[in-house]
Amino acid sequence: MADERRPVRRRDVEAVELDLLAEGIHEAYGFDFRQYSRPSFQRRVWRRVDAEGLHTITGLLERVLHDPDALQRLLTELSINVSAMFRDPGFFRVFREKVVPQLRTYPFLRVWNAGCATGEETLSVAILLKETGLYDRTRIYATDMNEATVNQARTRAYPIAKMREYTANYIAAGGTRSFSEYYVADGERVVFQPSLADNIVFAQHNLATDRSFNEFHVIMCRNVMIYFNRDLHERVHALLYDSLAHFGVLGLGARESIDFSGHSAAYETVDEDERLYRKIA
Amino acid sequence: MGSIIAVGASWGGIHAVGVVLRGLPADLPVPVVIAQHRREDGGPSRMAETLGRRSAFAVVEASDKDVLEPGRAYLAPPGYHLLVERGSVSLSTDDYVRFSRPSIDVLFESVASAYGEDAVGVILTGASDDGAEGLASIHHVGGVTIVQEPSSAERRTMPDAALATGKDHRVLQLDEIAPFLVKVCA
Repeated sequence: MADERRPVRRRDVEAVELDLLAEGIHEAYGFDFRQYSRPSFQRRVWRRVDAEGLHTITGLLERVLHDPDALQRLLTELSINVSAMFRDPGFFRVFREKVVPQLRTYPFLRVWNAGCATGEETLSVAILLKETGLYDRTRIYATDMNEATVNQARTRAYPIAKMREYTANYIAAGGTRSFSEYYVADGERVVFQPSLADNIVFAQHNLATDRSFNEFHVIMCRNVMIYFNRDLHERVHALLYDSLAHFGVLGLGARESIDFSGHSAAYETVDEDERLYRKIA
Repeated sequence: MGSIIAVGASWGGIHAVGVVLRGLPADLPVPVVIAQHRREDGGPSRMAETLGRRSAFAVVEASDKDVLEPGRAYLAPPGYHLLVERGSVSLSTDDYVRFSRPSIDVLFESVASAYGEDAVGVILTGASDDGAEGLASIHHVGGVTIVQEPSSAERRTMPDAALATGKDHRVLQLDEIAPFLVKVCA
C-alpha cells in the first residue's frame, strides 16, 4: 500500500471517506454497501482506487458519481465472490449423503443459490443433482446483486487452466462420472453443457435490499455474508429463514457460524463440519 | 500499548509460531491473530491444535465474526484471508495476494487500520516476501513492529524482505520475541 503519490493515510479521515462513498452510492444508485464488513470493503475500495489511477477514496466517489462505467467497475470489485467449482468438496459429498435422500421425497424442488457470483457453485449443484437423478424436478434460482456478474454466469464459460483443480474437487466431492463430460474446450476456456442450465434461472437480486421472492427446499449462501457486518448479516439470515420451507436445508461457507445469526434455535444441524442446517421451527 | 498481536509466518512457521505462543502467559490481556501460509486442499487440519500444544493460549481456527478475546489466538483458515475489525474477525475469499490466501499483508493492513498505534506486528520465518508491506503499514500508524533475526530464521527471505522496507523494526531472536511481547502488551 506504500505509494509515493498518495497523500498520507489518516485512519480517521479514511473512515469518513468510506462512509461518504457508501452513502453516495446508495443515494445516487440505490446499491447499499453501508452495512458491509468494513475491513474487506476498505480493502476492495483501495484496490479500485489504485486500479482507477486515483489517490483517494473521495476521488473515487467523485468518479463513480459522474461516470456510470466507473460505478460498474466498482460494483464488480465489491461484489465478486471468488469461488471454485466444488469448493470445499466435503460440503458436496455430505450434501449427497445426507441431504439428497430427503430431497428425493419431494415431487418438485426449488433451490436458491444466493450470491451466485460467476456461477461456479450453481453449476456444481446442477451437476450433483443430475448425477443423483433429481435435476429434472428441480428449479435452481441463481442470484447475485451485480447484473454483469449474473450475465457472466449465464455464459457457463471458465478458464481451461482451472479444470485441473475443479476436476480434483469434483472427484473429492464424490462425482460419479468423468468431469470432462460436462464441458467442451474452446481455446483458452471451456464451456459447460447448455443442458446443465435448462432448469437454472439466473437473476439479479440484492440480499442487502431486496425481499424474499419464493419458498425454497434448499438455500446455499456460502461465503457471501462474510462480507456483511453484523446487522446486515442478521437481516440476511432473517431473509433466508423466511425463504426456507419447513425442513428446508441451509448451506453456509466452511468458516461461517450459524450461532451469530439470531436464528440458530430454528435450525437443527445436518452436518456441523460442512455447515449444513435444517429448518425445524 | 499493544492491544492485539498479529503474527505472520510461512516456511518453518509451525515451529516458530509455536515457540512464540508458548512464551505468552494465559493472562496476557490481548488476542493474537495469525496468518501462517498453508495448503488449501488438505482436508481437516490439526494446525491449530499443533500450535496450541503446551501453550497457555487457546489456539482456534478463526470463524467469520468471531469476537476477539484476550488469551486466545485466532489462526487464519486455509483458503481465506483473515482480517480484523476492532474486536472481531472478518474473513474473505478474495483472490490470492502474492500467491497467498491467507495473506500476511492483508491481515497486517487490516490490523493497522483497525488498531493503529495499539497494533503489534511480528514477522517470522518464511520463503516469501509476504508481510513486508503489511508490517510497514503497522509501523506507519505507530504500532510496534518486530522481525525475527534473519540468520536465526529457518528461512530468512521473509524477515529480510520485512527489513528491506527500511523501517526501523525491532529485530529479535526467536526466543526473545515472546518476552518482548509481554512487555509491550501487559
